[in-house]
Amino acid sequence: MQSKAISLTERDMQRRFDIGQVLGFVQDHSVYFFFAAVIAFFAVTIGDNGFLSVTNFFNIARTTAMISIVAFAMTFVIASGELDLSVGSVCALSALTCGMAIEAGTGWFVAVILALLSGLVIGAVNGFFVTRIRIPSFLVTLGMLQLIRGVDMRVTYTNPVAIADKTFNSLFGSGKLYGIPSLIIWSVVFALIGHVVLKYTTFGRQVLATGGNRVAAEYSGVRTSNVKFCVFMISGVAAALAGLLYSGMMQTARFNYGEGLELSAIAAVILGGTSLFGGKASIIGTFAGALMIGTINNGLIIMGLDVSEQMIVAGAIIILAVAFARKPSH
Amino acid sequence: MVDRDPILEMRNVEKSFGAIPVLRKVNFTLRRGEVHALMGGNGAGKSTLMKILTGVYLKDSGSISIESRPVAIASPNDAKRAGIAMIFQEFSLVPTLTVAQNIFLNREPRKGSFFLNDRAARKMARAVLQDLGEDLDPDTPVSELSAGMMQMVEIAKALSQNAKILIMDEPTASLSEHETRTLFKIVRRLKAAGISIVYISHRMAEIFELCDRVTVLRDGEIKITQDCKNLTIPELVDHMLGSSSASAFAWQDRQIVFSDAPVLKVSNVCLPPRVRDVSFDVHPGEIVGLAGLMGSGRTEIAEAIFGRRAPTSGAIAIDGKPIARQRDAIAAGVALVPEDRRRMGLVLDHSVQSNIMLPNLDLFRRGAFVSDGNAADVVRKMIDRFQIKTDSPAKVSRLLSGGNQQKIVISKWLARKPRLLILDEPTIGVDIGAKGEITTQIRELAKAGTAILIISSELEELLAVSDRLLILHDGRIVQDIQRRDVQSEEELHHAVQGHLIDRTRHATAV
Repeated sequence: MQSKAISLTERDMQRRFDIGQVLGFVQDHSVYFFFAAVIAFFAVTIGDNGFLSVTNFFNIARTTAMISIVAFAMTFVIASGELDLSVGSVCALSALTCGMAIEAGTGWFVAVILALLSGLVIGAVNGFFVTRIRIPSFLVTLGMLQLIRGVDMRVTYTNPVAIADKTFNSLFGSGKLYGIPSLIIWSVVFALIGHVVLKYTTFGRQVLATGGNRVAAEYSGVRTSNVKFCVFMISGVAAALAGLLYSGMMQTARFNYGEGLELSAIAAVILGGTSLFGGKASIIGTFAGALMIGTINNGLIIMGLDVSEQMIVAGAIIILAVAFARKPSH
Repeated sequence: MVDRDPILEMRNVEKSFGAIPVLRKVNFTLRRGEVHALMGGNGAGKSTLMKILTGVYLKDSGSISIESRPVAIASPNDAKRAGIAMIFQEFSLVPTLTVAQNIFLNREPRKGSFFLNDRAARKMARAVLQDLGEDLDPDTPVSELSAGMMQMVEIAKALSQNAKILIMDEPTASLSEHETRTLFKIVRRLKAAGISIVYISHRMAEIFELCDRVTVLRDGEIKITQDCKNLTIPELVDHMLGSSSASAFAWQDRQIVFSDAPVLKVSNVCLPPRVRDVSFDVHPGEIVGLAGLMGSGRTEIAEAIFGRRAPTSGAIAIDGKPIARQRDAIAAGVALVPEDRRRMGLVLDHSVQSNIMLPNLDLFRRGAFVSDGNAADVVRKMIDRFQIKTDSPAKVSRLLSGGNQQKIVISKWLARKPRLLILDEPTIGVDIGAKGEITTQIRELAKAGTAILIISSELEELLAVSDRLLILHDGRIVQDIQRRDVQSEEELHHAVQGHLIDRTRHATAV
């Protein structure tokens, strides 16, 4: 104990040694414990009302796909020490772009490309203001959230755009592969890609270094501005993909898709053990965080709470869970 | 003078910022395998010279050659390529990544062009660390390392990039005694391996122990370059200050008997996990030095007196009033100059004036408003009294040197006329000129009746100012001894490692 004490820093010493490591492990993985607790709670209270069924779990995973995918990209954004609040309205912009393009007769493929491009462009604009003009991302993306939501409302005068393309609706919404809903496939595929990129590629390492200590990363030759720029573009494209999934699932594009999506996504990321200060991140944790949020929403609906009550309970649970997952800041 | 086997030669290097010359015809030579101390007060030009060498600044004129070949250093990358690496004073590692990940940051061994080869990185990291004689697990996150180990990782990082010249800026400033020993061992090992080191430090004892030669810069000019063994500490101080002003560092027995009731009374205080059953008093006008190794519980005791930590047992009282919270301590007249001034002592982005005003807002209030006008006088007085070198009270404190920042931290409490001033490592990273001024101020305050508790790793500093010394070892006060009963720094040095000072020997001598 003594020799160990000498090799630790002051800050570490202030933590308690005896249970420190165990507590650290539990905190790092708290999302899994919370998730298990949430499932156990609903299993006991509403297990008989259909909560405990394969269909319901598929349902949870399916409806959580959009949060998950946006949250995967958000993990990179937060790991790099930034924040993207604009994802909610970018998601609707992409949905509308796609819907209107299909309506105009471009075919689904071109429509999808245009929609994803819209997300890429907004992400690049965010990245430009953050890295070149040096405005905090919180402000840039907050403004962008508002601005794009305005565009969403303006382009169709808040009217919904129906999407009749069967291929599109199947691919991005109601389709299945070997009995697995396409939305679940999308989210699992992107979880894997995100995990591999974050943990096993130079880009992932550069993102973590940028968020962990930007100056040190710069001195090691990491071009941190470029890293951040890329991360915003990834976030824009991910939000656009989420918009496509909403459209496919509803077979309609609406201006109000993704309202509050930024908060759910950020909550999922933080619940998953990613540090809000950057430098430390886990995609698998984010996936668990998103699924947990989806499960809470699903359980509360089955319990028969109305929307206002759901919001109150879900918000409170998220605050508690994040409070527990919080690590002492650097 | 012709140097044998020079690895680095800087000839007639000049640099000005605007109209102000910072370096004037500087000639600096580093031999292969030598440890060369670079000394000088803040503003002497040390860091400018090193920034030129590491490509952060461009020199106005002059030449640099490495291994007798002229080199152009226009960017940090040029410096890296030339084999020059800086071990930073403020650590430049990514705390959330592991040791191996940091050593190979952005030069990671790869599989293909995208995928990392972490296994290879681990293996290579282990090898570099073993070359340094350190058996450190490359998978440890850097945030879990002590300051000393972080420095090791930085050195390993530099060596893995084939650095031939290492620049160490105040490398021992945040190290414990034990870690300093380890660092010295490593420096000697590097030296034996032919690595050349520029060693910047304010600590005289280190320079004489470790360095082969010393160069002193003052006002942008080289004053001397000489073998350490041909110099004494007073000579070196004279070269740095330009005149004989070593008196600030000599102890005088004030011959005062402190009989008043104590200002501070600490009784049987325990602060887990380290501090156990600590009791002592400090009297009005008395300067008490708290000597102990880093990690012996010094800072915890200071924070407890300031009400920031609650003891699990025991009591702390100021003038008989118990201290439970920070509010009590401030109300009772306790002032703390914390160890980490940049983080805890200053709002770095605020002006000198607002920093000095911060603990005194109640004194400068006019109705519900803070009156800058009322404060201006007090602030001006403090700036004069401490000779804080700033263009104006409105200057942002981040832009001041370490010594001047520390003067702000001390002066901000003085407007309250504190009963007890606690100074935790007051001269870390402070140059010798400012150090002398701070020492003088501490004595002045004591003379005016303020009780002073001073914590320092620099034993020579404690010996210079204290009337009485408390020796802290392993969380206990093992000895409470008058300064006059301590004969030498060596004695105190042994005492903080648990070998008590024999005072009977001196009692007969006095």
